[in-house]
Amino acid sequence: MRHVAKLARLALSDAEVIQYGSQLAGLLTFVDELRELDTEHVGATAQVVESRNVVRPDALAPCLSRDEVLGAAPQAQNGFFRVPMIIAAAE
Amino acid sequence: MAAPADILTRTAREIARAVNARELTAAEIVDAVIAVVPERNRDLGAYLTLTPELMREHAQGVDARIAAGETLSLAGVPVAIKDNMCLRGTLTTCGSKMLETWIAPYTGTAVERLLAAGGLPIGKTNMDEFAMGSSCENSALWATTRNPYDLDRVPGGSSGGSAAAVGGAVATIALGSDTGGSIREPAAFCNVVGFKPTYGRVSRYGLIAFASSLDQIGPFARTVEDAALTYDAIAGHDPMDATSLNAPLQSTVDHLRTDLRGLRVGIVKEFATADLDAAIDACYQQAYADLEHLGAELVEVELPTAKYGLATYYLIAPAECSSNLARFDGVRYGLRVDGADVGEMYEKTRAAGFGPEVKRRILIGTYALSSGYYDAYYVKAQKARTAIADDFKRAFARCDLIASPAASSPAFTFNAKSDPVAMYLMDYYTIPVSLAGLPSLSVPCGAVVPEGGTLPMPMGLQLASPLFTERLLLGAAHAYERATQHAAKLPLPQIAKAK
Repeated sequence: MRHVAKLARLALSDAEVIQYGSQLAGLLTFVDELRELDTEHVGATAQVVESRNVVRPDALAPCLSRDEVLGAAPQAQNGFFRVPMIIAAAE
Repeated sequence: MAAPADILTRTAREIARAVNARELTAAEIVDAVIAVVPERNRDLGAYLTLTPELMREHAQGVDARIAAGETLSLAGVPVAIKDNMCLRGTLTTCGSKMLETWIAPYTGTAVERLLAAGGLPIGKTNMDEFAMGSSCENSALWATTRNPYDLDRVPGGSSGGSAAAVGGAVATIALGSDTGGSIREPAAFCNVVGFKPTYGRVSRYGLIAFASSLDQIGPFARTVEDAALTYDAIAGHDPMDATSLNAPLQSTVDHLRTDLRGLRVGIVKEFATADLDAAIDACYQQAYADLEHLGAELVEVELPTAKYGLATYYLIAPAECSSNLARFDGVRYGLRVDGADVGEMYEKTRAAGFGPEVKRRILIGTYALSSGYYDAYYVKAQKARTAIADDFKRAFARCDLIASPAASSPAFTFNAKSDPVAMYLMDYYTIPVSLAGLPSLSVPCGAVVPEGGTLPMPMGLQLASPLFTERLLLGAAHAYERATQHAAKLPLPQIAKAK
């Protein structure tokens, strides 16, 4: 559970690890019924309505201004999103 | 003249006709709406945000266009919008703490088209957080949306606010979104028509994504005709959504039927209702008999893999949601909780911003997609999805439409489904249809008094049809509605019942 939570970038309390752990175990038991279904000769469907890659001319089109986009950010500075430290400072 | 106080009980068709004929102005309609909605909404809790200024602004635009000689299909029609659809300048919360204060910087295509057709935006409706739920109880925000037919019961979900708004007469029509049943189940609970078009018919641009291969926007209305009118206004190709269908569109509202002669309606063997409560079973048997009285030939069809629908859905939808919701990381929009470094900031932000059901689905989806489990869970579910869609194709070789219940029961009381899987079972009949991408709707088919309840609660009949056959589906539903009039037979109780 802690490994999956780490992959999902989700901090979980000890109580949550127990709670979600048991709920997810229940759900996995539930979805295990899929094992009965023979799918050996069946292809996978990612999306049911047939579609192809959609492209458009590589040309400028109207879009939100930088100020509008940054206006929604929790923190912005000098025209950029500001985030906490990514790489630890050298010892 | 002033708009009548009961304007919100009129149909969209009637309102648009009166506005186009200049018997009423959009401005007068806004006055009437503002006079009743805030008070009625207090008990119903359908709206998270009311947008009276924006409604007035749009009314001015509609009145100017009518004065200039235009005719608009939804002229002056008061509309509600589920809060996972962007409307520029308004809060768009998705029912989540993550987006509690986020103001949409643009308007989504379906909303844009609804307003361009003359709709007047009353406000944004409550929903299960990120559209994950079947009761609206998963909304993480302040509103508790109640069923207009019994305030002690849920409105269904995830589009519960939109369904309650239309069913409770605080909107004429509404937009919802449906991933596994999120339009059809609440429509059934609230005595309204709820329509999910073929996947790709309505642009998802500006709809905050949950499970992208399943999400579809559609209308709630009190009549099939109004649902068709709304669908015709919002459907069609949109270059802003790469999955939007670039296929010829059939208008629906001018092709509503009055009988079902020549149509074969499939009754699904695996969806037999004999094991359900006797009153529920009787309700559906009567509905099928009514379809036959209207000239349809009933045929039994088999969907042997449909029983795997829930398991398939609860792998595919969480997998897609875990990917889609990765964007909520505290960097570009929404909530941020500070941390010592960027990783800690992500984890704390997401821990604080998401509610329990969203976390459960992110975790299960992450697990199903993770190395070592991907083939066993995600790929297996995608194959099961093919098998389910193939079953529908075989069934539709023998029938034109499929009829079934829309939900496993009428609306239940608050906190009645504390086990997540018990809640998931509500969508037993809608999920296989969603996995196959088919157009389908719920139309009122009667009422039953639930066990332990005192008030009759509405029931919904689900009709589904082959891909792209919205005209056939809405046409047939109209014939059934016209002959049975179930919605009209169930009067709205006094909403202002004290809690």
